[in-house]
Amino acid sequence: MTTERIKFYQTGTFTAGNRLLDEATRTVQSRLDRTNSLNSGHRACQGCGEALGARYALDAAMRASHNQLIAVNATGCLEVFSSPYPESAWQIPWMHSLFGNAPAVASGIAAALRAKRRDDVTVIAQGGDGATVDIGFGCLSGMFERNDDVLYLCYDNEAYMNTGIQRSGATPPFARTNTTQAVGEHPGNPIGNGKNVPRIALAHGIPYVATASVADLHDLERKVTKAIGVRGARYIHVHVPCPLGWGSDPAHTMKVARLAVESGLFPLFEAEFGKVICSTPIRRKVPVERYLELQTRFKHLFGPPQDTEALAAIQAMADDNIAVYGLME
Amino acid sequence: MERTPFAITLDPNTSLANHTGNWRTMKPIYVDRLPPCNHACPAGENIQAWLYHAEEGAYEEAWQQLMQDNPMPAIHGRVCYHPCESACNRGHIDEAVSIHAVERFLGDQAIAQGWRVACAPRTGKNVLVIGAGPGGLSTAYHLARMGHQVTIHEAGPQAGGMMRYGIPKYRLPREIVDAEVARIQSMGVTIRLNSRVDDLEATMAEGRFDAAFLALGAHLARRVEIPGVDAKRVLDAVTFLRDMEGAARPKLGRRVAIYGGGNTAIDVARSVERLGMEPVIIIYRRDLGHAPAFASEITEAQDEGVQFQWLRRIAQGDESTLTVEEMALDEQGKPQPTGRFERIEADSVILALGQRADTGFLRRVSGLRVREDGTIEVDGTMMTGRPGIFAGGDMVPGEQSVTVATGQGKKAARHIDAYLRGSAYVKPEAHEPATFSRLNTWYYTDADASKQPLLNLVRRRSSFDEIVGGLDADTALLEARRCLSCGNCFNCDNCYAVCPDSAVIKLGPGKRYAINYDYCKGCGLCAEECPCGAIDMVREVK
Ligand SMILES: Cc1cc2nc3c(=O)[nH]c(=O)nc-3n(C[C@H](O)[C@H](O)[C@H](O)COP(=O)(O)OP(=O)(O)OC[C@H]3O[C@@H](n4cnc5c(N)ncnc54)[C@H](O)[C@@H]3O)c2cc1C
Ligand SMILES: Cc1ncc(C[n+]2csc(CCOP(=O)(O)OP(=O)(O)O)c2C)c(N)n1
Ligand code: SF4
Ligand code: SF4
Ligand code: SF4
Ligand SMILES: [Mg+2]
Repeated sequence: MTTERIKFYQTGTFTAGNRLLDEATRTVQSRLDRTNSLNSGHRACQGCGEALGARYALDAAMRASHNQLIAVNATGCLEVFSSPYPESAWQIPWMHSLFGNAPAVASGIAAALRAKRRDDVTVIAQGGDGATVDIGFGCLSGMFERNDDVLYLCYDNEAYMNTGIQRSGATPPFARTNTTQAVGEHPGNPIGNGKNVPRIALAHGIPYVATASVADLHDLERKVTKAIGVRGARYIHVHVPCPLGWGSDPAHTMKVARLAVESGLFPLFEAEFGKVICSTPIRRKVPVERYLELQTRFKHLFGPPQDTEALAAIQAMADDNIAVYGLME
Repeated sequence: MERTPFAITLDPNTSLANHTGNWRTMKPIYVDRLPPCNHACPAGENIQAWLYHAEEGAYEEAWQQLMQDNPMPAIHGRVCYHPCESACNRGHIDEAVSIHAVERFLGDQAIAQGWRVACAPRTGKNVLVIGAGPGGLSTAYHLARMGHQVTIHEAGPQAGGMMRYGIPKYRLPREIVDAEVARIQSMGVTIRLNSRVDDLEATMAEGRFDAAFLALGAHLARRVEIPGVDAKRVLDAVTFLRDMEGAARPKLGRRVAIYGGGNTAIDVARSVERLGMEPVIIIYRRDLGHAPAFASEITEAQDEGVQFQWLRRIAQGDESTLTVEEMALDEQGKPQPTGRFERIEADSVILALGQRADTGFLRRVSGLRVREDGTIEVDGTMMTGRPGIFAGGDMVPGEQSVTVATGQGKKAARHIDAYLRGSAYVKPEAHEPATFSRLNTWYYTDADASKQPLLNLVRRRSSFDEIVGGLDADTALLEARRCLSCGNCFNCDNCYAVCPDSAVIKLGPGKRYAINYDYCKGCGLCAEECPCGAIDMVREVK
């Protein structure tokens, strides 16, 4: 099954708002009264995908939870650029934890709320890919395994950006980071390492797992809204380009994210209780080169000489995703 | 002073204290750009703007916007050659927006609903217009809207010019012409029918006119002699088409040949076909690829049974036949005789070889410069060499079409108005073009163009009923919504949504947006993700 898209012959169906659609079908981001959970004045880089992804997800969560939520944040860019003391860009109840323990802190808050019989409050934990797939992974798995009533949001910018672009378990093959330099026989991040945390989450059999991208706002908001309506452990993995770490033009943040989806490298899907239930189809398929060529972290693949083997391997990953998740149906 | 907690030296604050706007080297600004459709429209319509209203189903607003530039949308929606659609950016994606079909829908709605436009208070100025074709009607309309008194002198028995006495009914029903002319009259424009002007200065003095606009059209047919054929059996296209409007049908033989390869030849052939004559043959000296007629018109004529004899010259004839010589095209595409002759049966010939302006009587008016081909010279304000006398339409050099005449009528009206006020009309500076490369087409839904219904072939061949039908309300709405709104914000909220710094301020539904430069870091995402290219990134000057 694939997600149904609104079919409406007119301009702007894919835009954030649309004056011709009724309000309910427009995005939360198009609303005058959106929370702006992460407000202006934060110190994220120009064109930061993570700042954007966090505001998208949390504004949708605020609306879906009737403004009753608490967010716990792991250390990482999102925490550092939003809250250098004494300033805070957060306009929601927000709590900083450590790099590795956000899921555990959120589990604790969920337990406290249960003890207080407050079933009206949603608990969210969020962190970068490093915090999620590497250092906080044990706490996260525990949170899943106990089915704690927490929605975990991972903002995946595919490396440890806050500390200066070091490789994480979510860094894609061949990508240059400061710990996987583009030198030697196999430049960049080795292929075959790393882990796919959405699939690991799925393997825990928790009520809801989804992937989302800043490039598809309608899809992202729908998934967050759906997750808020579910109890138990939930996980959403959001793809957020980092202009600094990826070496992309800040103006291209959306474009880069969109090409990741359209090439098949970042599949958008949803799973319930361990089973993939639907995926979002690719609208205009592109070869992976279109995505890679916009980022200097992959520059070494384009030579001269061009690393055709590496490019073919990346294309094979995309094709595999397309087949596995039925992205071209 | 309140005490801060232990080990805390600063009061908590919001990030709004941190003006990240000072990081900026480039800054976004909202712009309006000139869509290619608007740019290409000879009548200067703001197509994007009226489609914007039509998209919302606000048809009267759409029509009012359209009427600012063109007083005859129902006519133009039918007969305009729509260069706007050839220029439309949507053509690079799938098919151009069917602008003429929506225009026609709005024009027909206006007629059905009796919509009216408002006029400015009377100025007391009095303008003479000669000729009630599109040029004259357009000028009269615009001058009337500006509050001037206008009287049109028209030689013919009815108004419309070539829209009535040239373009056949099956393309432009006369009720449509009547309705749009009547609306202009209802604004206070007087049309004096059957009153040919042959002494311009006398007419101006008599009517105490402060200025005049000439739009006489081009009605003198170019003729050739055909040896052996009685001149009575040789008609010309303008006479034939004009006679089609009279009570008695023009006298023709059994087999009719039309000489010429332009749209007029096609119009004549298809009209003859509808009179029950057969077969109808078009003879043209060059081939299909070199014929000035539109390919679509040729195909439609062929569908209706019109036959074509390409690369033929009429050499001579007799009572019932024509001798034609086969031609061959040289390198320049010019037809050259081959010396091979053949005979075809035909007992009437209609010449469709073009028309020229009948402007002989204007040679007497001092200051006016009449060219050898009969056209009158005008300057950039449409004024002739004689101050206060303006001209436009087919009688001035340049492209000839209903829409060009209508556009020149508007332009002339603006300059006549300025002339009457003793000032000069200053054209507002045109916006920069809204090119296709500035669009982010990702955001537009795929949608093929709507098709207008066509009359079936049997009815087409046997009646003068209108061939092309109008769009119904639902289809017209969908068609309007195919517009990409090139270069002009359509309130999609994308910029407001994609700014990572929440630095775009939404001013309210339909009120567009502003940038909060205190926080905008100048990343350029808003400009990149604006579907229609309504945001420019410009260098920051500090
Ligand atoms: C068969 C045919 C088909 C055409 N089809 C199309 C089409 O589909 N689309 C398109 O855009 N264009 C078409 N055209 C061209 C278009 O009709 C003309 O370019 C347009 O009508 C010119 O407008 P006008 O106002 O300059 O002149 P006209 O429409 O010719 O009007 C001039 C008027 O002035 C009057 N007049 C002339 N002399 C005097 C005088 N001395 N005193 C008083 N009144 C006078 C005439 O009677 C006439 O009514 C077609 C032309 C022909 C011949
Ligand atoms: C236990 C511990 N180790 C290391 C750090 C230093 N540190 C802070 S953030 C960070 C990387 C964050 O990476 P990620 O979670 O991917 O978030 P990003 O900054 O990329 O958004 C590291 C290594 C720390 N704060 N705590
Ligand atoms: S898409 Fe709309 S605004 Fe753009 S050229 Fe076509 S009609 Fe004009
Ligand atoms: S997206 Fe925001 S920060 Fe970036 S240029 Fe536009 S207004 Fe400025
Ligand atoms: S992004 Fe949308 S709302 Fe913003 S300027 Fe462009 S058309 Fe207008
Ligand atoms: Mg990271």
